[in-house]
Amino acid sequence: MSIDKIWVLAEVADGKPITASLELISHAKSLAGTVEAVAYGEETAAIAGTLGEYGATTVHDVGDLGGSLPGAPVAGAIAAAIVAGNGPDAILFPATYDGRDIAGRLSAKIDRPVLTNVVGLVAGDGGLSTQHAIFGGAQIATARFVGDGPGLFVIRAKSFPAETSGGGPAEVVAAAATESGPTNGAKIVASHVEERTGPKLDEASVVVSGGRGLGEKENYALIEELASLLQGAAGASRAIVDAGWVPYSHQVGQTGKTVKPTVYMACGISGATQHLVGMKNSKNIVAINKDQDAPIFSVADLGIVGDVHKVLPKLIEALKARG
Amino acid sequence: MNVVVCVKQIPDPAAPPSLDPGTNNLIRAGKLILDDSDAYGVEMALQLVDKAGEGEVTLVSMTPNGETSGLRTALAMGAAKAILISDDSLAGTDALGTAKVLAAAIKRAEPDLILAATESTDGYTGTTPVQIAEILGLPSVTFAKKVEIDGGSLKVERQTEAGYDEVESPLPALVTVTAGVVEPRYPSFKGIMAAKSKPVETLTIADLGIDAGQVGATGARQEITDVSASEERASGEIVVDEGDAHERVIQFLEQLKVL
Repeated sequence: MSIDKIWVLAEVADGKPITASLELISHAKSLAGTVEAVAYGEETAAIAGTLGEYGATTVHDVGDLGGSLPGAPVAGAIAAAIVAGNGPDAILFPATYDGRDIAGRLSAKIDRPVLTNVVGLVAGDGGLSTQHAIFGGAQIATARFVGDGPGLFVIRAKSFPAETSGGGPAEVVAAAATESGPTNGAKIVASHVEERTGPKLDEASVVVSGGRGLGEKENYALIEELASLLQGAAGASRAIVDAGWVPYSHQVGQTGKTVKPTVYMACGISGATQHLVGMKNSKNIVAINKDQDAPIFSVADLGIVGDVHKVLPKLIEALKARG
Repeated sequence: MNVVVCVKQIPDPAAPPSLDPGTNNLIRAGKLILDDSDAYGVEMALQLVDKAGEGEVTLVSMTPNGETSGLRTALAMGAAKAILISDDSLAGTDALGTAKVLAAAIKRAEPDLILAATESTDGYTGTTPVQIAEILGLPSVTFAKKVEIDGGSLKVERQTEAGYDEVESPLPALVTVTAGVVEPRYPSFKGIMAAKSKPVETLTIADLGIDAGQVGATGARQEITDVSASEERASGEIVVDEGDAHERVIQFLEQLKVL
């Protein structure tokens, strides 16, 4: 199957398309002649310029969802276009909360499987091939779809660079959501923004993460203080998120966020494959762990074999002393 | 209040995983255990049924080999019964095929609420629960960090990039819960003993009216074409802390112009 047209889900946050969507539009442009976006919400017209700059010529606007969670109505609108014969050869979704929901709903609606956790996407004979980091990134699996129908891909953030290609604003066309009945029953009644000081975890140039080696929940304050002194973001291993020490939004790893900061500091994190896959592409990695055999040292540029309870307070004091 | 919890029995994540060189399927030989991620859904279901004062928790799971040891763990926590779809033809089933099989089994239990983890620890595709909801024609709320049932309706705090949303939905509905949302109980000795005699209904895909061509490797419409080692990252300098290692860290950060 030749790849002529690719659609990309353009999610919006703070009035702008999210970086993960722009990465996909920009990469799709290297794979297909026509790249179009699918967007929803009230702000589609306002983002058409940015989407065009990165390579989308058209944006299919599902419009305001009236408080519905996006999964059912957006999947419904895309499925309607496919059934009408106007669909693309492939649809790329960022691996976000809503991106995954829409891809899953659409997959069941059109009876096509979905490939998730994609970190590479290349065109070959017979269509697109995907790459997946498996076993903590130690191996790369290559996969592809067989059979007819559009390929659905959920792609991890930071798999491709986001590059502008100087296109004019994308043309906005309406893609009305179809009646999705009971599947559309879940409504957002209120949104809460959690106070965040400093940069976002997946955009910060410094990330300081803590793990089980911190010993107890209260010691996560050391991670937050160090992150703040370095104008960075505080992350966490799955172990301490599962233990309820910190919210899921801080989790770095296979089931959490992918980060690629200038410096990643892993404190009291052993380096389970689950964690490595989310941070091993950081430009520089510092690891502090008392177990010298911890797998985290195999990816560290600077490994400190020591007790986080001793090293972190001294590091914090020294940074404070510098002012 | 009847709650179905989708649970997965997986190879012990502590043991090194490997792929079958012939099929590129994850090798699932040996003892399977309850996926840790599913313990949160089981605990949440038990608490919701407790609070409602009536109803029960039913587990739904599928496996190619009749394995029940992971299910027994969840039964020992307090689930009343389990439905296990066990069929040789299920080996190599993709996520959509899995969703079709689980949806057919869940339907038999007529639940008010279906709970699942956001994703499994071994395959982590993360789409199966929403695919199940779509097949059953139900609303879904993913990434729940708090779940309450108020009369006939569901109230969920759903994780978002910026914080969380309060979401309301009529029942029946499907919810995926994030890890850490509740503290899973440890099975008591009494629970473990009781679990041995709790009913596990074992079904084949034919019992569910599903054609073998839709599942397994034959039904999967995706294939792995290659598996190769990725480029290894060279390990760097190791410093054993003798009270001054923080100075080396600062020097390193200075070199990178982070300080």
